Amino acid sequence: MSILIDRNTRIMTQGITGKTGQFHTRMCRDYAYGKECFVAGVNPKKGGEDFDGIPIFGTVEEAKQATGATVSVIYVPPPFAAAAIDEAVDAELNLVICITEGIPVRDMIRTCHRMEGRKTRLVGPNCPGIITPDEIKIGIMPGYIHRKGRVGVVSRSGTLTYEAVAQLMEQGLGQSTCIGIGGDPVNGLRHLDVMKLFNEDDETEAVLMVGEIGGTDEEDCARWVKENMRKPVVGYIAGLTAPPGRRMGHAGAVISGGRGTAQEKLAVLEECGIKVARNPAEMGKVLKSALG
Amino acid sequence: MKIHEYQAKHILHQFGIPIPRGHSCFSVDEAVAAAKKLGGSTWVVKAQIHAGGRGKGGGVKIARSLDEVKQFAGKILGMTLVTPQTGSQGQVVRRLLIEQGLDIRKEFYIGLVVDRGRRRVCLMASAEGGMDIEQVAADHPEKIHKVYIAPGTGLTATEAEDITSRIGFSGAAVAETAALLQNLYRAYDSTDASLVEINPLILTGENRIVALDAKVNFDDNALFRHPDIADLRDLDEEDAAEIEASRYGLSYISLDGNIGCLVNGAGLAMATMDIIKFCGGNPANFLDVGGGATTEKVTEAFKLMLRNPRLQAILINIFGGIMKCDVIAEGVVTAAREVRLNVPLVVRLEGTNADIGKKILTESGLAIISAANMADAAEKAVTAAASAASAAMPATGS
Repeated sequence: MSILIDRNTRIMTQGITGKTGQFHTRMCRDYAYGKECFVAGVNPKKGGEDFDGIPIFGTVEEAKQATGATVSVIYVPPPFAAAAIDEAVDAELNLVICITEGIPVRDMIRTCHRMEGRKTRLVGPNCPGIITPDEIKIGIMPGYIHRKGRVGVVSRSGTLTYEAVAQLMEQGLGQSTCIGIGGDPVNGLRHLDVMKLFNEDDETEAVLMVGEIGGTDEEDCARWVKENMRKPVVGYIAGLTAPPGRRMGHAGAVISGGRGTAQEKLAVLEECGIKVARNPAEMGKVLKSALG
Repeated sequence: MKIHEYQAKHILHQFGIPIPRGHSCFSVDEAVAAAKKLGGSTWVVKAQIHAGGRGKGGGVKIARSLDEVKQFAGKILGMTLVTPQTGSQGQVVRRLLIEQGLDIRKEFYIGLVVDRGRRRVCLMASAEGGMDIEQVAADHPEKIHKVYIAPGTGLTATEAEDITSRIGFSGAAVAETAALLQNLYRAYDSTDASLVEINPLILTGENRIVALDAKVNFDDNALFRHPDIADLRDLDEEDAAEIEASRYGLSYISLDGNIGCLVNGAGLAMATMDIIKFCGGNPANFLDVGGGATTEKVTEAFKLMLRNPRLQAILINIFGGIMKCDVIAEGVVTAAREVRLNVPLVVRLEGTNADIGKKILTESGLAIISAANMADAAEKAVTAAASAASAAMPATGS
């Protein structure tokens, strides 16, 4: 098994007709079992049309009814993206992956509040997506750098995740599933939620957690790992050299009120028995050594 | 986005928050005229810069005569104010706020900010107003009271009254202050703020409740909804290189080292800075070129980095995913020629079309140092910067 998605997952793309949506839908469909997996598109004004043979529906509900898709990926522009998530939640999809970068925090607070007690899981926003190598990729990561294997990867960033995957491949380590949870301050699944899923996944033998400055997600996850995790976990935190109070690209990557520093996070990770790669070039190596 | 105190107060006032009477000024004459218009016998002359801690740097003065207003305004306007938040280079004061002096009986702290863990806006209140609130939070966390506000419902009257009582208000003042807090949350929510801070909120000798200071920051991602707020941006308060960068869709932050970094993706950009430090060097900047690095973007990125007189080497670290390495390589070659690059350039290309990209760099004839991976790139950049630094040292240097 993998987590969250596999070759049997059926997906609709919200925002399939935009430039980004079109480009990445093609890339995802061309990856492994993508042709069977990507079954619908959603655009409120283009229901009844199709994109490269993928039928487009006016609403998420219609797309779900007609195709049985239970997962959605969102490329809708920032002003409308939170409403797109809301629509997917109301249609009771299992999983929503929001790639869109630049959604106002106020919108995400409202959307997360609406989601309380509902069945839908959210990954993102402002994330690269999820890939279960050699089966399915939902998002914007380059598929070819991955291979099926037994390391789970959870990360807040995009290209740094690709770097981590490349380092794992150098060590001959494939991945069970790689998840980018996104670089925004208010988001869906966090490191801890993903860690719990990896813990229960038979195919995952170890987990690489790629974190960054800001918030306390990594610390919360580490404390849980200490008490509950049955598999080795390796951590890296980006932003040791970041000055306080400055937003380092990601809206969520900011040290505020003296909290959320890399030093503080690394200390908690180590206290909780997580092996830490202080040097970002050694994520793969440290993971390999943790496997024993 | 940050705004000035006087602008923040103006916005809060529109939401029913009582503020001192005052006027913003750009000259000494305006300051004196403002004081005359306000009347009374005491005035506060306040430097308007975006950084906090202005009082500690001499940017806030109490004037007891119009002569003093003139004297302080003359002294503060144009001064380079150094506060704990400006860094050692300080910030030039170009605007003043002249306010009526008020009789302070008690000071409180009020703040609104997003709590990421709870995914809600948190209202913080403390009876320890006027102090450095981060210090209070560190030493006496029990003295800061919090409410996590449900979006949609907003801050309820009960919640507002409860926290007001907890910071020591009693009697009729409870309802009045609670209403103020509810208005403050309305201001936060409807302007898409990312921070609202009143430090201090004061109780005057006449039992009035007034926001004596105000700080409001906004969510950059929501400015499209608030053109009136976006207009308040004061470019004089921002780093020139960072403004230039944002014009080209580059995310750039100046740092104090000598190795320029050009990276795609924020996480990888931070990791690149970290590994430079790890190898004994010092990054000159954070620079994320984002997803679509065109030749134009790379050229502008080079120009930005080269403005820095301390720059002694550049490290380019690209992990091509959707963005292809050959496109980046073309951009680097064109840009390096255009700007007549005069510092060592280390390039690491990985991912999509990396081999074609490396070939383009090799065949360009430019003196580019190619690196096999991230560690190799960092070591080469640190070495190059160190030799450039020693070459630049005067002959008498040891």
